[in-house]
Amino acid sequence: MESSEKAKKQYQDMVEIYSPKSKIATDCLRAFLCGGAVCAFGQFLSNTYLSYTGSKETAGALTAVTLIFLTVLFTGLGVFDKFGKLAGAGSFVPITGFANAMSSPAIEFKREGLVMGIGAKMFTVAGPVIVYGCLASMVVGLFYYFLK
Amino acid sequence: MRHHIGEQTIRFESRPAITAVASVVGPKEGEGPLGQLFDKVEPDMMAGTQSWEKAESDFARQGIDLAVKRAGLEIKDIQYILAGDLLNQSIGSTFGVRSFERPFFGLFGACSTIGEALALGAMLVDGECADNVAISASSHFCAAERTFRFPLELGVQRPLTSSWTVTGDGCMVISSEGEGPGITAATAGKIIDMGIRDANNMGAAMAPAAADVLVRHFQDLKITPDYYDAIATGDLGRYGLEILKRLMEERELPLGDRATDCGVMIFDNETQDTHAGGSGPACSAVTFASYFYPRLKEGVIRRMLFIPTGALMNSMTSQQGESIPAIAHAIAIESQ
Amino acid sequence: MDYLKAFVVGGLICVVGQILLDKTRLTSARILVLFVVAGCLLGGLGWYEKLVEFAGAGASVPLPGFGNALAKGVKKEIDENGFIGVLTGGFKSMAAGVGAAMLFSFLASQIFSAKEK
Repeated sequence: MESSEKAKKQYQDMVEIYSPKSKIATDCLRAFLCGGAVCAFGQFLSNTYLSYTGSKETAGALTAVTLIFLTVLFTGLGVFDKFGKLAGAGSFVPITGFANAMSSPAIEFKREGLVMGIGAKMFTVAGPVIVYGCLASMVVGLFYYFLK
Repeated sequence: MRHHIGEQTIRFESRPAITAVASVVGPKEGEGPLGQLFDKVEPDMMAGTQSWEKAESDFARQGIDLAVKRAGLEIKDIQYILAGDLLNQSIGSTFGVRSFERPFFGLFGACSTIGEALALGAMLVDGECADNVAISASSHFCAAERTFRFPLELGVQRPLTSSWTVTGDGCMVISSEGEGPGITAATAGKIIDMGIRDANNMGAAMAPAAADVLVRHFQDLKITPDYYDAIATGDLGRYGLEILKRLMEERELPLGDRATDCGVMIFDNETQDTHAGGSGPACSAVTFASYFYPRLKEGVIRRMLFIPTGALMNSMTSQQGESIPAIAHAIAIESQ
Repeated sequence: MDYLKAFVVGGLICVVGQILLDKTRLTSARILVLFVVAGCLLGGLGWYEKLVEFAGAGASVPLPGFGNALAKGVKKEIDENGFIGVLTGGFKSMAAGVGAAMLFSFLASQIFSAKEK
């Protein structure tokens, strides 16, 4: 097998032709419908909580907590991954994706123990979200502090 | 180098015989097109143990145990066990063979392991270093997913070029005496890397390695593909097999209809949603043991070339952006 | 009406994620990080809050909304507690969500086992 850069490039072009493309139109439609449904359900929760508590902020927090609870429950029951396969980004872009990313490794790695199993692995996907979310909020905070 | 021919090939004059085989698989494989052919289908992915890793080791233990019995031998008649798998430090094999208390060589060739084991086992027997050698290759879908990809319950869409790791163990006994199809030649592959980086397209990464070893095999032995009744690669999958056929046409050694791939044979993508096909060390091992071995024995297939293929990256090299080195070994097996 | 707005806007944000997933080599984990950071920066500029006012849960439930909440939180903390708010604001505003996810995930790990596929 010739392995010059030119041969590699040629081979990679050929692989492109032989590899099936994901069906982006169908994928997007499913992401739109499923993601939209999750958000509409969130709106329903938010409206309900608002009418009971009267506080927008509390209603928002309770909505997030409820969605997280349901996601973790369905992850544990072994059905969330099927929703994820169907919905694609429609399942992981809403807060449900964050909850699934924390609960699935926690369940998966329980045999490795409470500390290095559940405790550590819970943050393999969620950890980076928290780290970069916090860092971004600090950047925002710095600008806000000096420019306000 | 009495047995060495050409650049990379060994001819085994004594034709070490594969006297027995065993295939033990998980439930999904049992539901697949080869389901009826396997020796044992475990209904439980956990195989009655407490973890996926233990289950994989138990598959390996069962496979070796069954093959040795079928060969009419006892485990103490086996001079060497050669085995490998996908898990870190090959724990699937080492934990599986520890109760046998026999000399052991652990192999790593990823999904090409059974090819590596066939070549080395035949060398041991042909070189009169052993009368009987047991070889085994195992993998487990759940253990592989958590080691290399994502937790099982994470909701992800698998790309269409991705493959499904076969759960099970394929074992064979190679003997200097006894009945069975003989190993006549082995061409050991080089590491070939054509710069494919996508770990979800391993068929494309491995196809050039298969093409390279095939061309070398035909040149070293001065034969053409039509010498063989069947040419079966390990786990290139649907798209990788097409790429290999095209590569061989470009080299004017077209494989034609005799070419197939164990990864394509073991699952039915329409009903089992396995995308490109099966993969993992067990994929080629159990497909050979359940489908090709009986046909070689009956003489339905007289000569076959078996080319287990392996992608030799790990999750760390993928994260570091390295391309995927691949390997393939070509093993010629002929019925008596 | 607010349900329709939530559905359409939330759905469209997910479509952006799906396009990134299919058209680039980005994994879902990277897209999550990207969306939270983007939401936080847009929230810092005050733009994302306008989308939340328009679409409600359609903008706050997807992960950019999580990022936006961090930006809002850090501003509030700075207003109340001064410079130390730069460090504490983000963390405080994600406390309810992350705390709930931690608690539920831990409980789930004690009750459930991963199912074979």
